[in-house]
Amino acid sequence: MADAYVYDAVRTPRGRGKKDGSLHEVPAVRLAARTLEAVRDRNGLDTSKVDDIIFGCVDPVGEAGSVIPRAAAFEAGYATEAPGMQISRFCASGLDAINFGAAKIAGGSDEIVIAGGVESMSRVGMGMSGGAWFMDPSVGLPSYFMPQGVSADLIATKYGFSRDDVDAYAVESQKRADAAWKDGRFKDSVIVIKDQNGLTILDHDEHMRPGTDMQSLASLNPSFVMPGEMGGFDAVAVQRYPEIEGVNHVHHAGNSSGIVDGSAAVLLGSKKAGKTMGLTPRARIRAFTNIGSEPAIMLTGPVDVTEKLLKKAKMTIDDIDLFELNEAFASVVLRYMQAFDIPHDKINVNGGAIAMGHPLGATGAMIFGTVLDELERRDLNTALVTLCIGAGMGTATIIERV
Amino acid sequence: MAYTNFTVETDSDGIALVTWDMPDRSMNVFTEEVMDELDRITDQIVADEAVKGVVITSGKEAFSGGADLTMLQKMLKVFQQEEARDHEAAIKMLFEGAGRMSWLFRKIETCGKPWVSAINGTCMGGAFELSLACHGRVAADGDKVKMGLPEVKVGLFPGAGGTQRVPRLTDGQQALQMLTTGAALSPKKAKGMNLIHEIAEPAKLVDAAKAMIRNGLKPVQPWDEKGFKLPGGPVYSAAGANLWPPAIAILRRETYNNYPAAAAVLKCVYEGLLVPFETGLTIEQRYFTEILQTTEAAMMIRSLFVSLQELNKGARRPEGVAPTKFTKIGVIGAGFMGAGIAYVTAKAGIPVVLLDRDMPSAEKGRDHSAGLMDGLIKKGRATAEDKEKLLSLITPSDDYGQLDGCELVIEAVFEDSDIKKGVTEKSEAVLAASATFASNTSTIPITGLAKNSKRPKNFIGIHFFSPVDRMMLVEIILGKKTGDEALAVAIDYVRAIRKTPIVVNDTRGFYVNRCVLRYMSEAYQMLIEGVPAPMIENAAKMAGMPVGPLALTDETAIDLAQKIMKQTIRDLGEKAVDQEQFALINTMVDTHGRHGRKNGKGFYDYPAKPAKKHLWPGLKDLYPQKAPEEIDVEVLKKRFLVTIALEAARVMGEGIVTDPREADVGSILAFGFAPYTGGALSYIDGMGSAAFVKLAKQLQKKYGPQFKAPKVLVDMAAKDESFYQRFDPYADRRQKAA
Repeated sequence: MADAYVYDAVRTPRGRGKKDGSLHEVPAVRLAARTLEAVRDRNGLDTSKVDDIIFGCVDPVGEAGSVIPRAAAFEAGYATEAPGMQISRFCASGLDAINFGAAKIAGGSDEIVIAGGVESMSRVGMGMSGGAWFMDPSVGLPSYFMPQGVSADLIATKYGFSRDDVDAYAVESQKRADAAWKDGRFKDSVIVIKDQNGLTILDHDEHMRPGTDMQSLASLNPSFVMPGEMGGFDAVAVQRYPEIEGVNHVHHAGNSSGIVDGSAAVLLGSKKAGKTMGLTPRARIRAFTNIGSEPAIMLTGPVDVTEKLLKKAKMTIDDIDLFELNEAFASVVLRYMQAFDIPHDKINVNGGAIAMGHPLGATGAMIFGTVLDELERRDLNTALVTLCIGAGMGTATIIERV
Repeated sequence: MAYTNFTVETDSDGIALVTWDMPDRSMNVFTEEVMDELDRITDQIVADEAVKGVVITSGKEAFSGGADLTMLQKMLKVFQQEEARDHEAAIKMLFEGAGRMSWLFRKIETCGKPWVSAINGTCMGGAFELSLACHGRVAADGDKVKMGLPEVKVGLFPGAGGTQRVPRLTDGQQALQMLTTGAALSPKKAKGMNLIHEIAEPAKLVDAAKAMIRNGLKPVQPWDEKGFKLPGGPVYSAAGANLWPPAIAILRRETYNNYPAAAAVLKCVYEGLLVPFETGLTIEQRYFTEILQTTEAAMMIRSLFVSLQELNKGARRPEGVAPTKFTKIGVIGAGFMGAGIAYVTAKAGIPVVLLDRDMPSAEKGRDHSAGLMDGLIKKGRATAEDKEKLLSLITPSDDYGQLDGCELVIEAVFEDSDIKKGVTEKSEAVLAASATFASNTSTIPITGLAKNSKRPKNFIGIHFFSPVDRMMLVEIILGKKTGDEALAVAIDYVRAIRKTPIVVNDTRGFYVNRCVLRYMSEAYQMLIEGVPAPMIENAAKMAGMPVGPLALTDETAIDLAQKIMKQTIRDLGEKAVDQEQFALINTMVDTHGRHGRKNGKGFYDYPAKPAKKHLWPGLKDLYPQKAPEEIDVEVLKKRFLVTIALEAARVMGEGIVTDPREADVGSILAFGFAPYTGGALSYIDGMGSAAFVKLAKQLQKKYGPQFKAPKVLVDMAAKDESFYQRFDPYADRRQKAA
């Protein structure tokens, strides 16, 4: 089996995922096309040699429907030989696209794969692809469906995180993201989104609120009281976890991931392909895996998948230099740190989605690039990337520098 | 053409008036014969060119109560027999049977001539589904006119198009709420939901219905028109995304997913709205066939429909005793219970003498009724006139002489044998020799109290539950010497106040309280084991109990539990009470001053409203806590149901309760025993006595002697016998038939 290597990783800045967001005027396909263009142009890539373009997209409907990476390849002017496919594993889609590409390379079918993701949450909208999971009573009843926010609050309740705990985490995320931007740590990976005339539309993550402190967060009302009480989901949580008396609702817009638009792409290839392309690999994909976890609490999959992956890779938690866990909700990260006793200075060291936003299908590829940059900056070796996933799943990947 | 259950008269406008009026029945119901006749009437009407349209109404006060559930029971029996022979053929037969009514209504709906349902009175279940299949629906204006689809209450769901037509007429949320709760609708509410077209003066009902036809009512339903749009919008839309996930969650919240029929409603509506109407009917038919075979449906139909009706009609009343006509009833003791008894008696239109030591106490007892009526008036369920009338029936008094002429006197004085003795003697001095004297005692055996009476044959227990106005069950306790006349009077009385009587032989705790004590005791044991308190309460509710055992202890007071334990130890010795549990209760009361809800401190804390009660955090410190992952909540659920069911079985084995219908219905009405099981004995029968005894043995091994199966049950298990076989309530009837 051949190893899969990482040759490059780029991402767009993240635009606020609302009608007043800077990227709202940019079609989803164009966000994806910009990352494909960057991967090609930065690496002098002969796109006729690209074996596949695999993009994650969670709501592949409307303008994001019908295999968006293929459409993006047309707009980016790729050679017709470069095919495309779209996948979804909800929030981990971008990382799963990378793992999928790595598997194709390792399996020998492909030499060069571009893997990434795209989501224009402001233009398509979250949940627009529907689904039996939460709509069909034959599915929702036995799986104890509840919205992610209630699940995140359930994690906080069950594992004992207070409103102060989650808010403090969020404040730190904002601080770290701000410091990272100011220090220019993202500058090599973030591409500027420009219009057809070369005018800049967005060159930074615009969801960030660097001034955030405990006081400003304290003024926010918890977001999931209504669905919990009126929508019946607190009762669902209690029936699935009868050891709790009720759900302590602690999450709000300030300690949950931001809704944003964005895209990311990673250039993967075999060792041989690197030589052909004349590129030096930055890292090797050492191991990856997936797992299904308890779907009601839903967002504890990173813990389960990490246990599975470490065992599979014959590694321990101490072998990992840096962790990157998507900040879907503060309690998700706090639970992960609690489960493995990971110090805060080894995880999400440059902030995360609470500060910068979570463009669903793209995030996995974004944070993959972020932690690779950081390994290089700190001259460390090994990182583990993971995300919690809708319907109770986990995806994780371990990379090491070469 | 002549029909047994219908008359058909066609007027000069060519409108056929089909009047449903079944002979020998007070209520129209769907039977095989009724469906056959309705089928033939439809053929006749289609064939008769002179007929332009049809108005269907009832010749009785009510329109119809829906399907005859005993017909379904028979259908299931045939199915079970056939299934033993040929599974596939049996299912096919059941499927055809399950769809019979639905496709008959579809035939009416698509027959080409307009039908209007003139809903003159209560119109429930299948009858309302028939109405929904009619092209026009007019209901008479009036308080007594109610319509709805109550099938889920007996473990079924509307299987004759109800799940398809309602959500095609009204928005999704209202449709789901109505279908999953079985709520009855007033004409106004039904019209507001677009389920009926018009409300008419009762006298002009048929005219209004005919007018719809004369005015050119189209014989086509909206869903059979091209371009039909769902009133709530498509399932997969923004509105649908707001509707369905919470609807599923709320169903779980309300039912703990213990009621397959309620879940099937959601499935029928969801799946049905994604396909054309007739495909929806087929989907509904498939689910209906599935639900018909569930244990829940069989048990709920039996207990909550058949048995309940039989008990309400006085199934246990001795034959040959003339019915009692009540002209005056005495209630002695105007405290909370006595005042409640006076209220329910007066509510039934019977004059009451409410007697207490002094006039202020007696008058205070009557004020309780005034308060309850004010509550009803506020909710629009009674008028000021009703209140006046009811209060005028209650005569507060401090004079035993006023009891003269009472057919029945019920004492609800303090639980003290000496006080009760005095009350009995003073009453009997005034009462006629034929009058019945009843005690509402909950703790003192009747046989002992009857010793105070000169006429022990006339002495009986009539045990109400608190709050009297809301609790539908009454235990009638027979002392050793209680005669048939007294029993008949007691049953007549309970029927008159529209509650359900069960007859219980004398014993400590009678029937209900014995079971309830087991329920609470199991919770104490779990606490001692270190099960987190929320898990105890949640497990009980998930098992189907309406109130958690710790909350229930708080309601009845922890110091009362302490008193009962102390009394039991005094009477029966130390071993009669679990010493660890006794220590827990003593700690709660004596160390922490936690007496229950009444002092705002029990197993729960009761902060000032609007804050909700929550479990007392100090419970965690009483015993070392187990990790939730170590505890199987399914086992906790079983422990609650099994310990109660075992006590019910013991009560049957001891001959305290003799009729399984009473044990079942009593367990549901008195303490809400998981209704989906059909009651404490049906829970055992539903699982099979052998499987149940096996389960009890496992629990006994792990959790203690409270799970020891009584001899009667072990014996039944060996023979694979059910309670309804061993204690066959219909044995007499069967013997007579043979």
